[in-house]
Amino acid sequence: MALAGLFAASALAFAAGAAAPGDARSGEEIYARCLACHALAYDRTGPRHCGLFGRRAGSVEGFAYSDAMKRSNITWNARTLDRFLANPLAAVPGTSMGYAGVPDPRERADLIAYLGQAGKSPQCRTRAANSPAQGTEERK
Amino acid sequence: MSFLILGNATNVLEARRAFLGKSGLLLSGAAVALLAGRDALAAKGDPSTEADARILNSALGAELEAIAAYQVGAESGLLQKPVLGLAVTFQGHHKEHAEVLAKTIARLGGKPVAAKPQYTFPTEKLKTQADVLRFAATLEKGAVSAYLGAVPIFGSRDLAKAAASILGDEAMHWAVLRNALGEVPVPSAFVS
Repeated sequence: MALAGLFAASALAFAAGAAAPGDARSGEEIYARCLACHALAYDRTGPRHCGLFGRRAGSVEGFAYSDAMKRSNITWNARTLDRFLANPLAAVPGTSMGYAGVPDPRERADLIAYLGQAGKSPQCRTRAANSPAQGTEERK
Repeated sequence: MSFLILGNATNVLEARRAFLGKSGLLLSGAAVALLAGRDALAAKGDPSTEADARILNSALGAELEAIAAYQVGAESGLLQKPVLGLAVTFQGHHKEHAEVLAKTIARLGGKPVAAKPQYTFPTEKLKTQADVLRFAATLEKGAVSAYLGAVPIFGSRDLAKAAASILGDEAMHWAVLRNALGEVPVPSAFVS
């Protein structure tokens, strides 16, 4: 009986945790893991993240995507990002994002919350208004 | 800004000397695993090998960008000795990583990515030596995470081991850069 109660409480807690919105501040720390390859406002080894939500995967002009990503037929939103970030290679076999993913659902929710918030930041608004990236130097 | 460095100058120099001694061992270990690992090279053409080559190519792209980033730092005029020497040393490590990765990708049947004609860096935010060091530390920390995320997905254990060897080198870069900034060099027991 006590065990059943414990399981029920755990299930409720899990459901509550899964449904809770992510914490963007925590997500910003998790985003540091992405900074070897990504930036918000400009393309690097990976494509930029400004404008990510609502964008079709593989569609940033001038970025050299894998064929797998171009054919993935994904539009990025919280749900598709959650699935992709959990296991990129399983979600899009053949992606050039050689990364195991973010297995913790809480961390993914936080990261996605940060990406959503960052997309509305002045940095991204400037990026949207000025193309190519303003205030950055292109280095040969 | 330079006081951040001067206070640690001796430590930095000592760290660099120790680093130079150890990095040769680390890299040669990685090079042996990458270039002579029969497990990694025997299965040329199979899907797992192709996937491994793709992972290595992503790593190569990041290494090439790091080389360019350190070049920006070295030519910025903001770095003073001995920090300038550190930057050049770390850039040299990235060049060695890139060389080994490119050769391995080719031997796996892949086509190594080339350095981009142009890279974009947030140079408008780099006003002081500390800014350059923080930027470099951010890239190195990201590199640690990237290699950590790559290690478990290699089909070849030899390649995973070699990637872990490079991860160790990047983690040392990150720690030394933090130390040069006057920050706790190793902020936690685990990296993520």
